[in-house]
Amino acid sequence: MSTMVEMKAISHSFGKEKVLKDIQLSVNKGEIFGLLGPSGAGKTTLVKMIVGILESNQGEIFIDNERVPSLDLLKAIGYMAQSDALYHELSAKENLNFFATIYGLQKVERKKAIEKVLEIVDLTDHMNKVVRNFSGGMKRRLSLAASLMHHPKLLILDEPTVGIDPVLRQSIWDELKKLKNNGMTIIITTHVMDEAEKCDRLALLRDGNIIACDSPESLKEKQGVSTIEEAFLAFGGRKG
Amino acid sequence: MNVGAVVTRIVKQFLRDKRSLALLVIAPILVLTLIWLVLDGNDYEPKIAVNNLPAPMEESLQAELEKDIVYMTEEEAVDAFQDGEIDAFISIADRKPNILLEGSDASVNGAVLQSVQTAFSSLYEDMSVQPTINYYYGSNDLNLFDQVGSVLIGFFVFFFVFIIGGISFLRERTQGTMEKLLSTPIKRWEVVTGYLLGFGLFTVIQSLLIVAYSVYVLDVWMVGDFWQLLVVTFLLAITALTLATLLSAFANNEFQIMQFIPLVIVPQVFFSGMFNLETLAVWLQVLSKFMPLTYGADAMQQIMIKGKDLWDIWPDLLIIIGFAVLFFVLNIVALKKHRKL
Ligand SMILES: Nc1ncnc2c1ncn2[C@@H]1O[C@H](COP(=O)(O)OP(=O)(O)O)[C@@H](O)[C@H]1O
Ligand SMILES: [Mg+2]
Repeated sequence: MSTMVEMKAISHSFGKEKVLKDIQLSVNKGEIFGLLGPSGAGKTTLVKMIVGILESNQGEIFIDNERVPSLDLLKAIGYMAQSDALYHELSAKENLNFFATIYGLQKVERKKAIEKVLEIVDLTDHMNKVVRNFSGGMKRRLSLAASLMHHPKLLILDEPTVGIDPVLRQSIWDELKKLKNNGMTIIITTHVMDEAEKCDRLALLRDGNIIACDSPESLKEKQGVSTIEEAFLAFGGRKG
Repeated sequence: MNVGAVVTRIVKQFLRDKRSLALLVIAPILVLTLIWLVLDGNDYEPKIAVNNLPAPMEESLQAELEKDIVYMTEEEAVDAFQDGEIDAFISIADRKPNILLEGSDASVNGAVLQSVQTAFSSLYEDMSVQPTINYYYGSNDLNLFDQVGSVLIGFFVFFFVFIIGGISFLRERTQGTMEKLLSTPIKRWEVVTGYLLGFGLFTVIQSLLIVAYSVYVLDVWMVGDFWQLLVVTFLLAITALTLATLLSAFANNEFQIMQFIPLVIVPQVFFSGMFNLETLAVWLQVLSKFMPLTYGADAMQQIMIKGKDLWDIWPDLLIIIGFAVLFFVLNIVALKKHRKL
């Protein structure tokens, strides 16, 4: 299995606060890779570095053997930030149209892509509504849609399902599985334990350290526990 | 293509933000009007005395005035000045009109000069035949009132573009849309250019409305060419915009943008020619050389008061454009904070 993302000795501090400590991780092509950790663990900081919009103090990141940051790579990455980065004065469709244009989609292609992603996130009925009037969950879904239109080979989602109801959450996960089966690599951060179960592999992040990284089954097996939550506590306890 | 997308987006966004749109255009017009009501002294009608003026000149002067022209010799005029009966005395010396202003009231001087200039400009095709102006009381230079109009237009354009441009660029950062945008393959210069053009469109409209309002409704002292004045105003607005977006990189919220006003905007007003700089300490004079409004105000004064052309004031224009280009480049560099590339 070949590697999509290679993180080599990533360390980072904001001022005096050490936020990431010597992170070594590799993400395989075509997997859903989860970054699980409590709030403040450094998940957002790490994914921003993978995208290339934040530079680490130390270490290097390679995507498909190309060093981050690179404009070429950005064409092949879809990024959904933790905060909804949407233009509130514009409608859902106008928001998507803007990002699709920036990603270089031509007019016909753009129209198709927009219809497709609106359907995926179940916002087709609201596409002409101004984003200001969207609920939190709707904004989340629209942000997801905005990161999908250009068929990225690497999709990076920072807490994508916060504020989304269980039914829609399930259908989004089904969609992510489909995208994965079509060859997309997906990195997803979460602090929700049961969501972590759905990932192919999982890195447990605490206080800027990777305390474990494996498939959810192996993680549980290694600690002889039945839930990821227990596994997280056990790994955390052992490493102090 | 990317630049175009950014421009379209900004125009749409801004058109839907009615409040900001109003602030950009209506606020400066409102404030200018208020200041004018205070400074302009209710359309003062000057009383002018003349001696031996050629008939056509006298006719065209009378056409500009409400009150009848009176006839006096110079000695009689001096007496009349002392009794406060007339505001100006016009005679002919060396085949040029010679205007002697009473001189004690700035707004009255302005009113006299305005009428006289309008009256004579129709007679003299070529602007080189300038009337000589002397003051019975007071200074022998153009005074505060004459200068203030041009400076104020420049200042308010600068001020409101700065506020609105700064805040909207700041929002891009605080709402995370700037970061999202930079996670796409757009180039930094494309972001800045898109912003500049999108907003630039509105500053053109703003400049047009403010200048037109000042010249045609408020009747500000203006002997130069309208369109040339507009060019200067627009350049000044673009400089304000690039400065605002640049400084917004150093602000974390709207309130901090406001904090730039006393630091960056207000000093520019003091040094931009509203007050006489020659009496100030040298370091203050040097400081004024680093302020875009200094050159903007000077350029506008040259056009509005002295009727100069863009060609005559090219050093001012060059420096204003230089500021804009400098700020533009620094904007692109400042975005490195978000993405190295
Ligand atoms: N721009 C920043 N400046 C200073 N500290 C930051 C900044 N961004 C994040 N941090 C700090 O880094 C730590 C990790 O943050 P983050 O990566 O957002 O965690 P997570 O996404 O896992 O909740 C937190 O303690 C946070 O306060
Ligand atoms: Mg986070």
